Amino acid sequence: MTDAVRLDVRFATDPAEALLVQAQIVDWLKERKYPARDLFGVRLSLEEGLMNAIKHGNQRDVSKSVRVLCLIDDTRAYIEIEDQGQGFDPRDVPDPLADENLEKASGRGLFLMRQYMSFVEYRAGGRLLVMEKVRTLEE
Amino acid sequence: MAAPAGQRRLDIEEVGDVTVARFVDKKILDENNIQMIGNQLFGLVDQDKRKKIVLDFTNVEYLSSAALGKLITMNKKVKDSGGKLRLCSIRKDILTVFEITKLNKLFDIKDDQAAALAGI
Repeated sequence: MTDAVRLDVRFATDPAEALLVQAQIVDWLKERKYPARDLFGVRLSLEEGLMNAIKHGNQRDVSKSVRVLCLIDDTRAYIEIEDQGQGFDPRDVPDPLADENLEKASGRGLFLMRQYMSFVEYRAGGRLLVMEKVRTLEE
Repeated sequence: MAAPAGQRRLDIEEVGDVTVARFVDKKILDENNIQMIGNQLFGLVDQDKRKKIVLDFTNVEYLSSAALGKLITMNKKVKDSGGKLRLCSIRKDILTVFEITKLNKLFDIKDDQAAALAGI
């Protein structure tokens, strides 16, 4: 068993800062020997969630910030990403698998997070993303 | 299209009349990186007028939806110019991303470079 870790940071709206947070969380999962497919899914979901907060939430406004809370132990990774934007209704996000949307260059982030994480929910009017990955049991 | 040293994100090779572009990066995640990759990809069509293009993913371990977006735009550009685009050597994790987003139906994906070059 490896001790649980906790990250609670707030950073300016900057993709470079988001990458650092992403790297830290992935490193912790590697230390706990999460399976490669879990690492892939969490890294992808972090990228999508953080970029949604930066681009769509905070609209790249550097006077706004993003807060990330992450709790990791040997069995699960719990992640919150909160922006300071106007929020949104996830039900308004078009289905990226619909024929008419298949050739659209954007709109797959939330879908991918839902595919790769065990739990994904937007709260606080769409400003708070809560997601969790339960460690996959290796055969 | 020549890119400044240090910003080159694609290795370009000509095989007959086919342009093979191999991604340099392991991770196509970073926004600036994706922007540079997009510009270099689009330059192959818009400036260099290449008609047959193979994108080789041998080195790529991660990509995001923003990277998928660039690939979709590239696919449209190549089609609109009357050319052909193929993707190859995509590792399993990433191929799964194409499959769950149904983009494997949009792109012509081959197992390896030899298969991608055959009959393009």
